[in-house]
Amino acid sequence: MQTIGQQLINGLSLGSIYALLALGYTMVYGIIKLINFAHGDIYMLGAFWGYFVINKLHFNFLFAMLSAMLFCALVGVIIEYFAYRPLRKSPRITALITAIGVSFLLENGMTYFFTANTRNFPQAIQTVTYHLGGIQISNIQLLILGTACLLMLLLELIIKRTKMGKAMRAVSVDPEAAQLVGININHTISFTFALGSAMAGAAGVLIGLYYNSIDPLMGMTPGIKAFVAAVIGGIGSVPGASLGGFLIGLLETAVQAVGLSAYKDAVVYFVLIVILLVLPAGIFGKKTKEKV
Amino acid sequence: MKANLKYNAAWLGVMVLGFVVIDACEFLGIINSFIENMLVTIGINIILATGLNLIIGFSGQFSLGHAGFMAIGAYATGIITQTLVTPIGFYLSVVVGIGIAIIAALIVGIPTLRLRGDYLAIATMGAAEIIRILINNLKITNGAAGLFNIPPLVTWATVYVFMCITTIVTVNFIHSRSGRAVMSVREDEIAAESMGINTTRWKLAAFVFGASTAAIGGSLHAAYIQTIAPGDFNIMASIAILIIVVLGGVGSITGTFIAAIVLGTLDTVLQNFGTLRMIIYSLALILIMIFKPSGLLGTWEFSFKPLGSRQRKEQSVHE
Amino acid sequence: MKTWQKMTIRIAALSIAAVAMAGCSTAKNNGSQGNNPGKTVKIGVNMELSGSAAGYGQQQKQGIQLAVNKINRSGGIKVGKSKKKIQLVIRDNKTSNTTAASVAAQLVNNDKVVAVVGPAATNAGTASIPNMTKAAVPSVSPSATDPDYTLQKNGDVQKYIFRACFQNNFQGSSAAKFMTNTLKAKRVAVLTDNSSDYGTGLTKAFKKTYTGTVASSQTFQEGDKDFNAILTALKHKKIDAIYAPGYYSELGLIIKQARQAGINVPIVGSDGMADAKLTKIAGKASANNVYYTTPFSTKSGDTNAIAASFLKDFKAKYHTTAPTFSALAYDSVYMVKAAIENEGSANSVKITDGLAKLKNFKGVTGTITMNQHHNPEKSMIVEQLTKGEVQRTYNVK
Repeated sequence: MQTIGQQLINGLSLGSIYALLALGYTMVYGIIKLINFAHGDIYMLGAFWGYFVINKLHFNFLFAMLSAMLFCALVGVIIEYFAYRPLRKSPRITALITAIGVSFLLENGMTYFFTANTRNFPQAIQTVTYHLGGIQISNIQLLILGTACLLMLLLELIIKRTKMGKAMRAVSVDPEAAQLVGININHTISFTFALGSAMAGAAGVLIGLYYNSIDPLMGMTPGIKAFVAAVIGGIGSVPGASLGGFLIGLLETAVQAVGLSAYKDAVVYFVLIVILLVLPAGIFGKKTKEKV
Repeated sequence: MKANLKYNAAWLGVMVLGFVVIDACEFLGIINSFIENMLVTIGINIILATGLNLIIGFSGQFSLGHAGFMAIGAYATGIITQTLVTPIGFYLSVVVGIGIAIIAALIVGIPTLRLRGDYLAIATMGAAEIIRILINNLKITNGAAGLFNIPPLVTWATVYVFMCITTIVTVNFIHSRSGRAVMSVREDEIAAESMGINTTRWKLAAFVFGASTAAIGGSLHAAYIQTIAPGDFNIMASIAILIIVVLGGVGSITGTFIAAIVLGTLDTVLQNFGTLRMIIYSLALILIMIFKPSGLLGTWEFSFKPLGSRQRKEQSVHE
Repeated sequence: MKTWQKMTIRIAALSIAAVAMAGCSTAKNNGSQGNNPGKTVKIGVNMELSGSAAGYGQQQKQGIQLAVNKINRSGGIKVGKSKKKIQLVIRDNKTSNTTAASVAAQLVNNDKVVAVVGPAATNAGTASIPNMTKAAVPSVSPSATDPDYTLQKNGDVQKYIFRACFQNNFQGSSAAKFMTNTLKAKRVAVLTDNSSDYGTGLTKAFKKTYTGTVASSQTFQEGDKDFNAILTALKHKKIDAIYAPGYYSELGLIIKQARQAGINVPIVGSDGMADAKLTKIAGKASANNVYYTTPFSTKSGDTNAIAASFLKDFKAKYHTTAPTFSALAYDSVYMVKAAIENEGSANSVKITDGLAKLKNFKGVTGTITMNQHHNPEKSMIVEQLTKGEVQRTYNVK
């Protein structure tokens, strides 16, 4: 029983990381139908930014995270402006290849300028482990879970309650009609990228703190997993991305717990395929009716 | 029909000429093993990308799992030629690889080809990863260590010939009645269905066809490089093939050829830039895509026909 | 149906023509005499400088450059009567096997190097063997650990292929003996890096030698960061120790998370862990009761004068403690140098002979004698970390 409880905690804290990353994918995809392959690398940049400001500028953790969110938002907007905006009218597959190019550029640029070495993240917060009825949980795990939930709520509020959020929803449904009613598409898309990238930045710093190890390629695998999470949840849906993230985290943990760690990723992909076959648009995805 | 024969003869001539030129260069020592390596890599990439272009460009299905089928071919060759160290063993392994790839493509394709667009891409990516993880954990494939000391049963000539054959078969498929059925699915699935085309069947046909060419590419890769490991066939490998297809122009076989040659040469030239190579490569990729969004050649296809018709026009002018 | 038939016939005819064509490709066979040095001794580096193994590749590059600078500062390599400087040709193979083969071909054909250091990974190494052999140029890999790396399929040695590191069988079985004899571990769990031959090979060798019970055998992938699920599952298995062969980047996290989860049994690993970064990632408090088999450590300087000077130079140049990968790469360069000086020639075939005959070579990672399978024989030690510091070393027989 204790083991199951502990594994649940493990799964949830892993899942919250995937969920934070999946949010960025889902928002960008929802609005311009682009699989933003570079998203995982923005998360890496966030982690490196946190590493830099804590080590060199001696920021405290909160400021490090906020500044990383700001920095990543900026990077996201810049990338959108230079790499994706010129391609908005082109076939979507072209934008996808550009996204892959940006991802390569960020990974290899960081490798070139800062070497590929794994670095240890400064421990801005001392780890304290709490014992609750035989189950261990650390303050950092709680912090990650809390921050993830907080940011998700905030995001949901922004999308549902603010004017910008309304604009985002409008653009995602029909960009041209949105333009007709006076919505500035460029601003809205930039805002979406900023928001999604800020989430990735927060995830980067949180993960740096939690695992204490960052490197230029750290965004690759979690990026793909997070995208899978977004697809499972129904891409374009914020609650879907969160749910998908937690689902994958729990699934991976469960597979490892029963001793099939070698097939961890295979099971995740298998579940992905099965879910897509049963629910072709993911769990919370909108079903689009085919017009004849 | 007669006219077609003429164009086919012209193509055959080009192929023979290409072969003779490479052979002569090899004989004269202009092509050393370094250049040969580059040419063979380009040739294998053409085989892989032509198959993927058939799936993406002509049937309109977005597959991100090409490397999985390539892995099947590569491992079939790697395992079979360990015991059958003869050219026959190699050709047998190619056939076996194609067979397994077709079965795998059917298993993957029948359920997933109902999905659309990016969902299909992600499902095929997942399927390819499952194949890779299975290979990584099986005993017969020697796990993560992979297979090495695979007998070198493939020369550049074999790759060249296979490249020609797969291209001819693919192009003929596209220009046949079946090819038109496949393309109609790409243009408008509902309209095609109402014309009595079994869309699922043709989508699956293109997918299976692409998978079997991927298996051929994998077999050639295994026998030429003589080392294969599960890591060679990860998502990044699928993406590398996709890049060739998109860069050349989705739906243009000529474009695929050009893109494979351009990227292969670029990659080899960049070897001189040390650690900068991947930065230059990614920048080149982004810039080409921004300035040539529909790929280098778009959907343009090289053909002898316009040349022929111009001649005829000139003749008529003279008359 | 008719078109199908026609097409089949056409394809059949084409294939016949094609096969005939393949038959007449001109076969050329030149027995290479190997490359000769010019004014300088050109040494190629075929290394993983980008891609997933870039971290290890860059450490090796640092070791190579340090060695070359040092040799050149003292005038170069003595070739016969004159002294020649080393010229390095460094090329990136992107951690791709295909590219490694291409890089090898470029180094031996276009750059005309007389010896190659690298690649770091076994698979990249085996992919470059055909091109190295064709050109008769030797290569020394600092870290290709698969036992079969230096062997052909029939068990004969690969003439031009050498390595500077231990092969897996030796290291894995040594760990098994150490755990049985010194740690008295009767029940162990095995945690393997399942993304390369390194972890899987060591585990295979370990399981073959280990006589106790393997209570649980789990794997992880390169780049994994979360091991909590595996470790929680291990916690109640009543194990005496964990054997976890892999690299420091993942092992550091395993140690950290294991200690946080309250698993305090000894964790034994391999030379991929012998890096100061391990402690940094795991944290000083967690890096307790940790052991690893290694030919080299930061403490090597106490007993080995060459290692002491290497550690000092490395610290001065790169401002960090020298990792094992750099040490192995450093030795690889000096092994080539020793081969050239022993043979009195920098012809690549002569260097190959020299490397094969290497005896009592004094390097940073110990005194090396090349055995008939081109594996270096040197002594192995097990180091124990306490609070992140190397506290004790054990000799394993």
